[in-house]
Amino acid sequence: MPSGDGRRGVRDHEPQRAADSPPGVPRRAAGTLESEILGILRSAGEPLSPGEVRQRLPAGQHGEGQHGEGQHGELSYSTVVTIVSRLHAKGLLARQRAGRGFTYTPVDEASVVASRMSNALGSGTDRSAVLSRFVSGLSGRDALLLRRLLADDQGQQDGDPGWAEKGQ
Amino acid sequence: MWLLYLPLVIPALAGMSARPLAARLEPRQATWLLTSATVALAGCSTAALALLAAYAAARAPFLATLGDYSQQVMRRGDPISAAAGTAAALALTGAAVAVAVMLRSRARALAESYRRAAELEADDGIVVVPGPAIEAYALPGGPGRIVVSGRLLDRLDNRRRAALIAHEQAHLAGRHHLFAVVARLAAAANPLLLPVARSVEYTVERWADEHAAAVTGDRRLVAETIGQVALLATPGRRRLAGITLGIIKPRTRRVSVAWAGPVPRRVAALLTAPPRRRIILLGASAAIVLLAGVAALEAARDLHALLELAQAAG
Repeated sequence: MPSGDGRRGVRDHEPQRAADSPPGVPRRAAGTLESEILGILRSAGEPLSPGEVRQRLPAGQHGEGQHGEGQHGELSYSTVVTIVSRLHAKGLLARQRAGRGFTYTPVDEASVVASRMSNALGSGTDRSAVLSRFVSGLSGRDALLLRRLLADDQGQQDGDPGWAEKGQ
Repeated sequence: MWLLYLPLVIPALAGMSARPLAARLEPRQATWLLTSATVALAGCSTAALALLAAYAAARAPFLATLGDYSQQVMRRGDPISAAAGTAAALALTGAAVAVAVMLRSRARALAESYRRAAELEADDGIVVVPGPAIEAYALPGGPGRIVVSGRLLDRLDNRRRAALIAHEQAHLAGRHHLFAVVARLAAAANPLLLPVARSVEYTVERWADEHAAAVTGDRRLVAETIGQVALLATPGRRRLAGITLGIIKPRTRRVSVAWAGPVPRRVAALLTAPPRRRIILLGASAAIVLLAGVAALEAARDLHALLELAQAAG
C-alpha cells in the first residue's frame, strides 16, 4: 500500500459514518465536521469541553468572532458531544473527566497511525504472523493455573501481591 | 530400502519431542536447535519423497529408452511400489504448493510490517497506541518498533514497564520473527513438523523472557508482569473474579504446567532457576537430525548405484 495509507483509512469509514449521522447534521457534512472539530482541538493547545468546542466552531469557519452564530448556528450541543465521542471511540481524541463531563485532547499523529495499523494487523492472522506479541490469549484453565502459580510462589516469598489486578 | 522411510519417520519423532525439548533446553539453544532441525528435516523428507517418486518414475518405459538403461535391472532392484511412488509424487507437489503459499504470505506480512514500522515516528523505538486495547508487540522493521497500548502502560508500574520493554527489545534485537518464519516455512513442507515450528514460537518468547530477567535482574518481576498482562488482556476474566489470592489454597506446592498454554509455562519457567546449557541433550537431538540426513543421502546413493547398474546392462 502507498504511504498515504492513513488518509485512506479515514475515508474508508465515511459511508458508515454518514449513515449514522445524528439528526440535525446534514449527512454529507459529518466528515467535514469531524475534521473541523479535530482541527479546533489540535490548535487549541489545551483540553476543551464539547461546549468550548461548539463556541469555537464558527470561529474556525470564518476566522474571527467567538460568538458568531454563523453557518453552525443550528449545531446543537448534543451533536458536538456525539461527534467528539465518536472521535474518541476511533482513538483520535483522548478524554479526561472534568466535573460531570469530559474534556478532550487530540491524540498525536504517530499514535493515530499506530492504532489504525494495530487494528489492521490484528485482523488477519497472516498479517500478524510476524508480530511478537507479549502474551497470547489465555484459556480459562490457563488463567486459573496462572493465578495459582503466582499465588503459590507468593506464599514462599511473602511479598506484595502486585500481580493481582488493581481496581476494576 | 527402509532407509528411504527414515527421513519420513524422524519428523514425526521430532514433532513429539519438540515440546519437552523446548521446556528443558536453554531458550537460545532450543531456538537454534529446533529451527535448524525443522529446516534440515523438511529438506530430508522432501528429498526422500523425491527419491521415492524417482524410483517409481524410473520404471516408465519411455524414461528407460530416454536414459538408455535396462528396465529389467531397474525393476528387479526396485523395491518401491508404483502406488507408493505416486503417493510420494503427490505429497511432493502438495509440499511445493504449501511452501510457495506460506512464503508469499509471510513475505507480504514482513514487507507490510517494515513499511508500517517506517511510517511510525517513535521515541526510543516505542510507540504508544491509544484506544481500549490491552496489547504490546514488537513490529519487525528497519529499525523495528515496539507498540504498546497506553491503557496497558497505565496499568503497569515503572519496573514492569521496563520488563515489558526489555522483552520486546530482545525480540527486535535478536530478529526472533525470522526464526519463527523459517520454522513455519519448513513445517509447510512437512506438516509433521508443525509442533516443532510452534515450539520455536514458544522458545523465542522464553528467550526474550530470559533477556528481560537479565536486564531487570529480577526473574519474579518478569513472571509477574507476564501474568498481570495476560490476565488483563484476556476478556471474560471477570468470570474468575471470585478467585483471588486468598481464596485459592493450593493443596500441592507444585502446579503442573506440562499441558498448559504458553503463558503459564513461561511464568513457571521464570519462577524456577535459570536454565542451564545441556550439551548432551543438545548433542543427542542434533545426532537424530543428522541420522535423517545420512539416511536420505544413503538412499540417494543407492538409487544412483542402481541406475548405473541398469545403464551398464542396457
